[in-house]
Amino acid sequence: MDDLIVEFLTETNESLQELDTDLITLEQNPNDKNLISKIFRLMHTIKGTCGFLGLPRLETVAHRAENVMGRFRDGNLEVTPTYVSLILESLDRVRFLLGHIEANGTEPEGSDAELIEKLDSVYEGRDKVASEPPVAVSETKSAAPIVSTQGHVVAAELEALMAEFEAAERATKTVPEPVVAAIKEPAKEPTQDTHKAEQKEPAESSISNQSLRVSVDVLENLMTMVSELVLTRNQLLQISRSDKESGFVTPLQRLNHVVSDLQEGVMKTRMQPIGNAWAKLPRIIRDLSMELGKKIDLVMTGQDTELDRQVLDMIKDPLTHMVRNSGDHGIETPAERIKAGKPETGTVHLRAFHEGGHIIIEISDDGKGLPLEKIKKKLVSNGLATEEEVARMSTQQIQQYIFHAGFSTADKVTSVSGRGVGMDVVRTNIEKIGGAIEMNSVEGKGSTFSIKIPLTLAIVSSLIVAVGEERFAIPQLSVRELVLVSQASVNRIELIKDTPVFRLREKLLPLVSLKTLLKLGASDDVLNDFDHKYIIVTQVGGYTFGLIVDQVFDTEEIVVKPVAKILKDLSLFSGNTILGDGSVIMILDPNGIAKVTGENKISEESDTKAINSSLMSAETKTSLLLFTAGSDSPKAVPLSLISRLENIDLSSIERTGGQMLVQYRGTLMPLIPFNDTVHVGSEGQKPLLVFSERGKSVGIIVDSIIDIREEVINIQVSTNKAGLTGSAIIGGKATEIVEVMHYLNSVHGDWFKDHGDEPFLAQQKNNDDNKAGKSARRRILLVDDSPFFRNMLCPVLTVAGYDVVAVESPMKALALSEKGDRFDLIISDIEMPEMNGFDFASKVRSSKEWQDIPMVAMTSHSTPEDIDHGYKSGFDRYIAKFDRETLLDTINRTLALGGHQA
Amino acid sequence: MTTQQSLNISSEHHNLVASHQKDFLTININGQMFGIPILQVQDVLGEVKVTRIPLAPPQVMGSLNLRGRIVTAIDVRKCLGLNPLENSDRRMSVVVTHEDELYSLIIDNVGDVLTLQDKEYEQTPATLDISWKTISLGVYRLNDEILVILDVPKLLLSLQHPN
Repeated sequence: MDDLIVEFLTETNESLQELDTDLITLEQNPNDKNLISKIFRLMHTIKGTCGFLGLPRLETVAHRAENVMGRFRDGNLEVTPTYVSLILESLDRVRFLLGHIEANGTEPEGSDAELIEKLDSVYEGRDKVASEPPVAVSETKSAAPIVSTQGHVVAAELEALMAEFEAAERATKTVPEPVVAAIKEPAKEPTQDTHKAEQKEPAESSISNQSLRVSVDVLENLMTMVSELVLTRNQLLQISRSDKESGFVTPLQRLNHVVSDLQEGVMKTRMQPIGNAWAKLPRIIRDLSMELGKKIDLVMTGQDTELDRQVLDMIKDPLTHMVRNSGDHGIETPAERIKAGKPETGTVHLRAFHEGGHIIIEISDDGKGLPLEKIKKKLVSNGLATEEEVARMSTQQIQQYIFHAGFSTADKVTSVSGRGVGMDVVRTNIEKIGGAIEMNSVEGKGSTFSIKIPLTLAIVSSLIVAVGEERFAIPQLSVRELVLVSQASVNRIELIKDTPVFRLREKLLPLVSLKTLLKLGASDDVLNDFDHKYIIVTQVGGYTFGLIVDQVFDTEEIVVKPVAKILKDLSLFSGNTILGDGSVIMILDPNGIAKVTGENKISEESDTKAINSSLMSAETKTSLLLFTAGSDSPKAVPLSLISRLENIDLSSIERTGGQMLVQYRGTLMPLIPFNDTVHVGSEGQKPLLVFSERGKSVGIIVDSIIDIREEVINIQVSTNKAGLTGSAIIGGKATEIVEVMHYLNSVHGDWFKDHGDEPFLAQQKNNDDNKAGKSARRRILLVDDSPFFRNMLCPVLTVAGYDVVAVESPMKALALSEKGDRFDLIISDIEMPEMNGFDFASKVRSSKEWQDIPMVAMTSHSTPEDIDHGYKSGFDRYIAKFDRETLLDTINRTLALGGHQA
Repeated sequence: MTTQQSLNISSEHHNLVASHQKDFLTININGQMFGIPILQVQDVLGEVKVTRIPLAPPQVMGSLNLRGRIVTAIDVRKCLGLNPLENSDRRMSVVVTHEDELYSLIIDNVGDVLTLQDKEYEQTPATLDISWKTISLGVYRLNDEILVILDVPKLLLSLQHPN
C-alpha cells in the first residue's frame, strides 16, 4: 500500500478514536462549538486528503458531512439528538470505509446515496425532523461543563489559524532536528492539523500535541542497548570496588546515576496512558443504553495511569467486553431501578491506579449484581457442577463460575452479550499477560471486577530454580507456594504407578518432575531421588500442579526476551533472559507445562460430565481402579467407592483372633487380603484399598495397582464366585468386577456378630443380590434431575446387578413409556423442575403401559406429610437420599413383591 | 549464445569492478576449510559460556550472552554429521545474523579473511555427502586446498525443519 495512504489511515483512525470520547459530551451539550469544530476539521481533512489520494467515495461522504457540520458550527442549525445520531452514522461510515481501505487497499463497492441524501436534506434544511428553530449558540453553550468557552472561534479565524500552522510547520520541516529537540517540538506531522488548531485552546488536552511517533523497533533497540550499558556499568562498579583509591570512582558514580536514569527513561518510552484503551468505551456505553433503553453513566478515573504499550494492547478487548457486560447484564432498566429504590441512571465506574508494580483496573456498576440462584441453576443444567457440589459452594465460588467457558446468565442473547463466550475469554487473556481478575458482587447492589496486571510484560519477577546444573526461571505470578520434600517425613512424594503425587493439605497434588520433563537425566531410585527436593506449587487457571526441582534460589526481576525462531517449537519455554551475572537462562512457561503434562484432563472430565448428563443410560462410563491380586486376571472396582489408596508396611499388621488389623488414623482398621492367593508376609509393602462406609473402614490388600480407566461396565459373564459381580472387558482385557459390598459385609458382618449385633440387612441383601445376578437382569429406570445422583447411582445399581436407564426428567421417562420400554422398577426423585415426583407417579399410575411397575421415591425431604403424599401419588416405597444400603435393600424387597401393590 | 554470454560478462566487468571478487572469513572444522561471506559475520568469539537448552534439537548447543543480546549457539560439527571434538572447550565461534536474530556457529578454529576471485568458484560437487551439499553454496579452488562456502541461512533453516 502507498505510504501516503498508510499515514493517512493512521492519522484518521487516531482522530476518530479521540472523537469517540468527545461524542458523548456532544449529546449532553449538543451545541458544544469546540467539538463540532473538531468533527468539522476532521471531515475537512479527510475530504482534502481523499481528493489527493483518489478515494472518491470517502471524499463524498466526508464532504457532505462537512457541509452539515459547517452549518452546526456556524450556529444556524441546532444540534438535536437526531442530528447527533446522523453525525455518528457518518463517522461510522467513514470508519467502515477506512477499515476497508486498510484491509484491501481500495474503497469498497457500494453507494452511500442514502446517507448522503440524509446529510444533504439536513444541510439544505428540507428535512422534516428539523422542526426546532435554530438557536443562537451562545445561549445554550453555557451548559457545557468540560470544554472551554473558546468555542467562539469563527470559521474564518479557524481557517487562518490552520494556514498559519501549516506554514510554521513547513518551516520547521526544512530544518533538520535533533531527536531530543523534536520531542519538545509541538507541530510535527503534516496531516495533524486537527490537533494543531487546538494548540491555541488552553483547556484542550495537549498530550497529543507533544507526542512524536517512533517505531517500536527503535525503542526495543534502545532498550537492549540500555540493558547492555547496565551490565557494563555493573562490571565496572565491581572492578572499582576492589580499588577504592582509583580516580575512576567519582566519575563511575556519576555514570551509575546517569545509567539508572536512562534505564528508567527508556522504560517510560514504552508506557502509554490507559486512557488510550478507554477511548472507545463511552461510545459503546452510549450505543448500549440506546439499544437497551437503559440510562447509563460511564465515569472514568485515572485515565493517565501509564502502562506498557504491549499490555495495553492485550487488555483493550477484555476491558471493552467487561464494560459492555456491566452495561448489559449489570445495570437494570430505569423502571427496575426505580422499583429497587435506586436512581434512574445507573453508573458504570472505571478506575485505574498503581499498586506496587501492578496496575489495578476496577470496573464497578451499581446494577443488580450476579443472580446467585440463576447461576446455580445454570451450573447444574450445563453440567458444570452437580447439585451436591453447588450446595456446598460458597457464594464466592459460585460467582467464580461466570469465568467458565460456555456460561452466560443473560436470558436473552442480545446483540451485545449473552452468548456465553466472554468472561472465560477475558480471564484467559488477562492470565496470558500474567494478570489476575477478581470479582465481588452483591445481589441487588452491583458488581465490581478488579483486574490486576503487571506494569510491563518486558520485566517479570521470576523465581530462579535449578535442576542439576541447569537453572531456569519461573514467573512468580504462577507460583503459589514452595514445599520442601523430605522422604522420611510426612512431606514425602508418593508414586502411583510411576507418577509422583504429593498430599498437600488433604488434597492430592499431581507432580511433574522437571528433570524428567526436560530430559535432564533419569535416576533408578526415583523415590529416594526426591529427597530434599522442592515442590513448586504452580497454578494455571484452575489447574494446580507441582514442579519438582532440585534447588530454589532467589527471585529476580528479569527482562523477557523471545527465544530464537529455530526453537519456537519448544512449548515449555516462554522466552529466555540474561541474569544479573550475565548468564543466559530459559524461562519456563507454566501454561505449556500444564498442557504437556495433562491439564486437558480437567476439560475432559467436564466434557464427560456434560455428555453424561444428556446421554445417561446403561452406557454410563465409570472410573475404575484396576489392580491385580494373585495370578488371575486383572480386577476392577469403581473408583468412587474407594476412599483412599495406601501403601501398607506389612510389619505393622497386627493379628487378633485370626483378624488382621492395622492402626490407621488413630483407629483400628480390619484388613483382608483380596483372596487367598495374595500372600501377606511380614515384611515389605503392599498396596491397600481403603473402603469407608459410615465410619467403618476396611482395608483390602492387593498385589499391585495397575491403572485407572474410564469404561462402561458391561458385565458379560456373571459369576458365582463370592465377592465378584462378573467379568467385563476393560481396556481390552477380561477383567473381574469386584463386588465391594461382599468385602465390607464379610468383615463388618463378623465384626458385629462378635459384638452380638445381627447384620440382618446386609446379609439379606447379599442373598437377594445373588438371586438377581443369576436370574435375568432386572431393568431399573432412574429419574433424577441431578447429574450427581445419576452419576452416583448408576454404577451402584449396575454393580449390584441391574440394568439401569437414567433420565433427567419425568418427561423423558414418559417418552420412554410411549416408546414401549418396560422396566421392573422406577426410582424417582421428588424435587424436579417442570414436573415433580408426585405428579410423575400419578401419571405413571394412570398410564396403561406402566401402571403396574413398582415405584420408589427417593428424596431428601421425608416429612411424614411428604411420605403420605408419596404413597397417595402411587409410590410403593419412600426412602431418603444418600442411603445406599437402604436403597439396595428397598429395591430388592420391592422387586421381590413383584408389581405395584395398589 | 556464446557471444551473448561473453558480452554480459564483459559488461559486468566494466560496470562493477568489485563484483568479481568476494571476501570470506575462513574457518576450520575437522581439518576442512570453510568460508562464510564476511558481510554475514557479526563477531568472532573465543571460549564462551553456553547455557544448555533442554529439549532443543541436538545441533543446538545452547544460548549465550553477547553484550546483552541472546545468541543461539549451533554446533556445526553436529550439523555436518561429524563426531564431537575431544578437547571441546577450546573451540571458537562465529556470530552471524539471520532474520534479525543472532546465531553463534561453534567451530574448531577461525582462520584469515580471504578475498577470492569469482573465477575460482565452482558449484558444489554433485557427489558430495547430502548433509554437506545442502548447506554449502559452492566451493573455491585455492592453491593447496578446497574451500567450501557455508550457506548459513540454509544451515539454520535445516534446524527449523528437521526433515
